[in-house]
Amino acid sequence: MTVPVQYYLALAGMLFAIGAVGVALRRNVIVMFMSIELMLNAANLAFVAIARSLHSMDGQVIVFFVMTVAAAEAAVGLAIILASFRNRTTLDAAQLTSLKW
Amino acid sequence: MVNTALLRWIILCPLVGVLFHAFVAPRLSRRSSSLVGPAMVGAAFAIALVAFKHLWGLEEGGALVDRMFSWIAVGHVQVAAGLRFDALSGVMTLIVTGVGFLIHVYSTGYMEHDEDSVRFFLYLNLFMLAMLLLVLGDSILLFFVGWEGVGLCSYLLIGFWYEKNENADAGKKAFIVNRIGDAGFLLGVMLLFWSLGAKGVWTLDFAEFRAHSDAISPALATAVGLLLFVGATGKSAQIPLYVWLPDAMAGPTPVSALIHAATMVTAGVYMIARMSFLYALSPTALHVVAAIGATTALFAATIGLVQNDIKKVLAYSTVSQLGYMFLAMGVGAYAVGIFHLMTHAFFKGLLFLGAGSVIHGMGGEQDIRKMGGLRAKMPITFWTFAIACCAISGVPLFSGFFSKDAILFQAFASEYGHPALWAIGVFAAMLTAFYMFRLLFLTFFGECRADHHTAEHAHESPPAMTLPLAVLAVLSIVGGYVGLPDRWLWGDRFSEFLAPVLPVQGHEQHSAGLETALMAVSILAAAAGIALAYLFYVRSPEIPGRLSARFRGAYDALLNKYWVDELYGATAVGGTFWLADALWRFVDVTIIDGTVNGIGRVIQLQSSLWRRLQTGNVQHYALTFLGGVILVIGYFLLH
Amino acid sequence: MTMGIAQIVFFLIGAVAIVSAFGVILHPHPVYSALSLVVTLFQIAVLFILLDAEMVAFLQLLVYAGAIMVLFLFVIMLLNVGRDPEVAPLGWKLTVLGAGGVLGAELAGFFLHHFAPPAAVGAIDPEFGSVTSLAHALFTDHALSFEITSVLLLVAMVGAVVLARRGTDS
Repeated sequence: MTVPVQYYLALAGMLFAIGAVGVALRRNVIVMFMSIELMLNAANLAFVAIARSLHSMDGQVIVFFVMTVAAAEAAVGLAIILASFRNRTTLDAAQLTSLKW
Repeated sequence: MVNTALLRWIILCPLVGVLFHAFVAPRLSRRSSSLVGPAMVGAAFAIALVAFKHLWGLEEGGALVDRMFSWIAVGHVQVAAGLRFDALSGVMTLIVTGVGFLIHVYSTGYMEHDEDSVRFFLYLNLFMLAMLLLVLGDSILLFFVGWEGVGLCSYLLIGFWYEKNENADAGKKAFIVNRIGDAGFLLGVMLLFWSLGAKGVWTLDFAEFRAHSDAISPALATAVGLLLFVGATGKSAQIPLYVWLPDAMAGPTPVSALIHAATMVTAGVYMIARMSFLYALSPTALHVVAAIGATTALFAATIGLVQNDIKKVLAYSTVSQLGYMFLAMGVGAYAVGIFHLMTHAFFKGLLFLGAGSVIHGMGGEQDIRKMGGLRAKMPITFWTFAIACCAISGVPLFSGFFSKDAILFQAFASEYGHPALWAIGVFAAMLTAFYMFRLLFLTFFGECRADHHTAEHAHESPPAMTLPLAVLAVLSIVGGYVGLPDRWLWGDRFSEFLAPVLPVQGHEQHSAGLETALMAVSILAAAAGIALAYLFYVRSPEIPGRLSARFRGAYDALLNKYWVDELYGATAVGGTFWLADALWRFVDVTIIDGTVNGIGRVIQLQSSLWRRLQTGNVQHYALTFLGGVILVIGYFLLH
Repeated sequence: MTMGIAQIVFFLIGAVAIVSAFGVILHPHPVYSALSLVVTLFQIAVLFILLDAEMVAFLQLLVYAGAIMVLFLFVIMLLNVGRDPEVAPLGWKLTVLGAGGVLGAELAGFFLHHFAPPAAVGAIDPEFGSVTSLAHALFTDHALSFEITSVLLLVAMVGAVVLARRGTDS
């Protein structure tokens, strides 16, 4: 008996939750960023699982695009972190709080 | 059959004058307005004469009625805007337009050097329009429109030279005091309207009121009569609302003559005459009217004894003479009251115009202590003024003699009259003679007490001013002959003419002897007053000074008008301001501002709490997202 | 009960993935977090293969693990980031962990018990998940998105260069 698709989805859900915790928990912006990548991967897993379940390639196409965009986002995001680090010499999210009232 | 549409032209002529002065005259020369203004009033007078001739031809009690248009048509209430020319309103219209015309002509001379004369004639024409509406209106509503209109014009004209604060203040005072009276008047009208309406009679028309007067109970008549009289005390300057009239002398003298002597102030008297059927139902109201009239006559005469401004003396004299008219109304002698109204219009108008002539010739001086000896310099003014003084003092054979005597007789003999009222009237007549001749002697006799420059330039006034003086002087002599005492020649034709509209009340048979005796007493009183004035101001001028020094307290009280203005200021005016201040402090600042500001503060407070969500810390936001996602998934989980 | 090879592999790989995911978020040193993430990516690639998505699995390894994670490590090394010194307050940590636990439990519960998988349309294509079928889908049905994505990559590249540049030199 093959693994039912619900198991894959549940696993993806748990990975997603772990990534979410990471975003909220860690104060180092780079680790936050990595947690976001983790969440993206969980989503990719879910897409592929459903694609398999539906016998449709569309899910995998979406994953392709997600990966592309994740790459672009990683590049730009890290560039921003670099620029911000140059100004404030800190990677602590708790100290980057000027966008408030 | 006469075309009653001509009545509306009596109103329209002044209206045309108003429009002309408002829109056309500013583009033309000032002279054009001094021609058009009097011309319109003259035209109205001519039309009134034609209407009067038609009225004369009608049977007794007839009237010309011009129903112009339907004004209010709401449910039961149908009020038409209409004009009614009966005996009473006919006489009033002739007086208003006739004397008004003379005063307009006079004004062309008086206001010749004033830059703003166009505005003056505009207001004068507007006044004529309103006064004629008042007199000719066939419903109490249209009457009230005119009533308010003359009040407005009075305000505008008193404060004509508005650049000086006291003139504007005098105008305001007149309007505000009038307004207080008007409140009472409106309450009376509404009470009458609703009470009759409760019985199914929904009307505001004078003729219909009169026709349904059996539906008016005595109590209602008393209440309405007194309330309407409150309005009359305001408009006609009786106690307690007379205080605006002396201040109103701040306006140009033609205004004082027209509005505050001949026409507007008589509106209250006319009102009682119009509503005479109502007052006939309430002896109480009549007694109140008579009492206040007599008291005012005496009260104002005492104040006039010591005033030093020529116009102020005449102002208090007007208040006093109006008191006589109300005395007549109050004893049921309505036609006699209107008779005195007419003669008073002649001689008081003449007195004011004469005073204006004096002021004009003396370059603006109004203090009689600085006048004197003008007899030679201003002969026409002097002679006409003297004739008017004789008329007002009740010198026999002048017009005032007949009208005042008739009032005094009725005050004694009428069923509503009382000897006390008569006595007050006679005493006030003596005072009247005294202060009027005091005025005459101080102004025209003796040495000129003005400074050298003014005395040099004192001159007689131009014909535009002296001609009306002459006409009014003639009227002041012959005007009384329409109302002779009963057994003289043709008797009292005036009252007979007015009888269908103004029934003679409380008329009883009296002996010729009584009437002659009373007449003799009043002649004696007048003579005594004149003689005293002659003694005090021509023969022995030092007496007044000694008397005023000896009776310092009394003199001060009279000179300061019994401090009534100060009393009102402290109580009514002060009270109003105190109330306004309290309302401002409590209602406006505390409640309203507090509420509005309070709402603002609440918003500020709660936003300062919500603001704390914006920490700027991304992780806090991330946790919020997390929470939201949990909730959404939870929802799907449960369904 | 008998479990096939697929189930064993699934549970094993899944467990490792979860453990390394915890490693990503919990390890104080960023480099170790990055390495844990690489391990997680590997596990997910294996799961892709289990799901007949070979091309996507290769792409995952090449692009994600090979390029993106290398970039992360570059930046960490460039900035010379050491152990995380500051520690978040305990209350915060507990709240977040609690929320995460709830979310994970919710998701797992939902998918395991309340979720009915959609019905498949037709039989499975024997080429399912291969390079050809992926390429076929990309260049026919989704060609527009493909082209736009390339523009996106160009823009991102330009943006990254501009942002990371030092301000003073031209």
